[in-house]
Amino acid sequence: MTSLPTETAKKLGLVIDLDTCVGCHACVVACKGWNTQGYGAPLSDQDPYGESPSGTFLNRVHSFEVKPAEAPAQLVHFPKSCLHCDDAPCVTVCPTGASYKRAEDGIVLVNEDACIGCGLCAWACPYGAREMDQAEGVMKKCTLCVDRIYNENLPEVDREPACVRTCPSGARHFGDFADEESYVSKLVAERGGFDLMPELGTKPVNKYLPPRPKDQAVEEFDILAPLLEPIATDAGGFLGWLDKALERI
Amino acid sequence: MHPAPSVIIFTVLSGIGFGLLGFLGLGFPSVTGWAAFAFFAIAYLLAVGGLLASTLHLGNPQRALRAFTQWRTSWLSREGWFAVATLLIMAVYGAGLVFFETRLMALGWIGAVLSLATIYATSMIYGQLKTVPRWNHWTTSLLFLGYSLTGGALLSGNTTMATYLLAALGVVQFVYWTLGDKRFADRGHSQGTATGLGGLGDVRMLEPPHTGTNYLLKEMVYRIGRKHAQKLRVIGILLMSVVPFALLVTLDAGHLIGAVVVLLHLAGAFVTRWLFFAEAEHVVGLYYGK
Repeated sequence: MTSLPTETAKKLGLVIDLDTCVGCHACVVACKGWNTQGYGAPLSDQDPYGESPSGTFLNRVHSFEVKPAEAPAQLVHFPKSCLHCDDAPCVTVCPTGASYKRAEDGIVLVNEDACIGCGLCAWACPYGAREMDQAEGVMKKCTLCVDRIYNENLPEVDREPACVRTCPSGARHFGDFADEESYVSKLVAERGGFDLMPELGTKPVNKYLPPRPKDQAVEEFDILAPLLEPIATDAGGFLGWLDKALERI
Repeated sequence: MHPAPSVIIFTVLSGIGFGLLGFLGLGFPSVTGWAAFAFFAIAYLLAVGGLLASTLHLGNPQRALRAFTQWRTSWLSREGWFAVATLLIMAVYGAGLVFFETRLMALGWIGAVLSLATIYATSMIYGQLKTVPRWNHWTTSLLFLGYSLTGGALLSGNTTMATYLLAALGVVQFVYWTLGDKRFADRGHSQGTATGLGGLGDVRMLEPPHTGTNYLLKEMVYRIGRKHAQKLRVIGILLMSVVPFALLVTLDAGHLIGAVVVLLHLAGAFVTRWLFFAEAEHVVGLYYGK
């Protein structure tokens, strides 16, 4: 049913730390690797070894430059996947009921057997989180690795989304935002986590942590500077002659 | 947005088809027998043909019947219901006119209202999308109803009505463009809000996530149409409103002039509907610096 649940018992989601992300795209690869072999249609590629490769991805890393008014520009790597919005516009537009948000944990999923591939949910999503698989004609999106996080066949340490598990810089965190005492909730409160495009009222569950303020280079006294000054600005004698001679060559 | 031919054909043709059904339902023209058969045949060909065209862009059209299940929340589902209800009720009403020379007035009125509801539901598929500010406005519904009624009036031979509607539609289309041009900026969407980094400074795309293209860019960041948009707007509005209006005002509307006017209007409607999609900017473009 494409009505949204009024409340979800848990709010599972990700915190993405824009300060720590180094833009290595390991999460993109891990995501594609896990989700192309697990449940449902694989994530197909078109012309993968040809001139214009393209393919279905559930997670992509963009890179932005931010230029503060009075400081040097800084580079921010920006991973983006489904934000599992509380008020998910992609769910309500679905004509078939394939798109739904789970009442128990808030994960937004697609039932591929019911998807007609009309693409309206991808239009309704502001974040570009849904991509139509060109081989299967069904909508693919981040499942928050629903087949990992509850999977008792996996060691406990692996029961988190593939992107989080693989991130080498610790820029991705997984948890329950409904629990105020959870690690992710505390992290968001501490670091001032924010929503993407809040003006659209989608109430994303996933939060982003801003880059920490950078140190600024300031003009300060350098104790070595006097020692590094050129000793003679207008040298005479042999050195003066050598200087002039070399300049003339 | 990507102007998919199937969706352009669908919205234009089925819009006019349901517009014609609306006029037939109200009894303008009040025809029976073979004349009624001809009118209804045209209306059904357009309406059903358009609906069938719309299934061509589906990834899995064999599951299309499932689209009737979510009418509580989905405008696409509601459109399906309204369309089928209209077609069924107008089939009974049409059979009365064609085979029994009887006009079931109440049924005709219900059919006419349902025709309008179908067109409104179609318009809301686009009008509901906050992600496309140009569409997300009540003028989108006005525009779709305008095209439907104008096309319907032309095809049903209500010349005087069609003349007024052609003029009104020209104005509505112009207003839609003028208001729409500013809306993206007015809503305050920027790369700053998209990334949440706007508070730190000017945000600029440095490197896209991939060197090639992807579904999102093809489907929602279609930009080719914006190059010739102004020229196409002039061509479109001349063809679909100004020239047909001038022809109807200056010449006596016979069958020949009628046919010319319908074809001109239809050609113009295809141009403006192409622009409706091609010019619409989706907020996801902000993540790609576009």
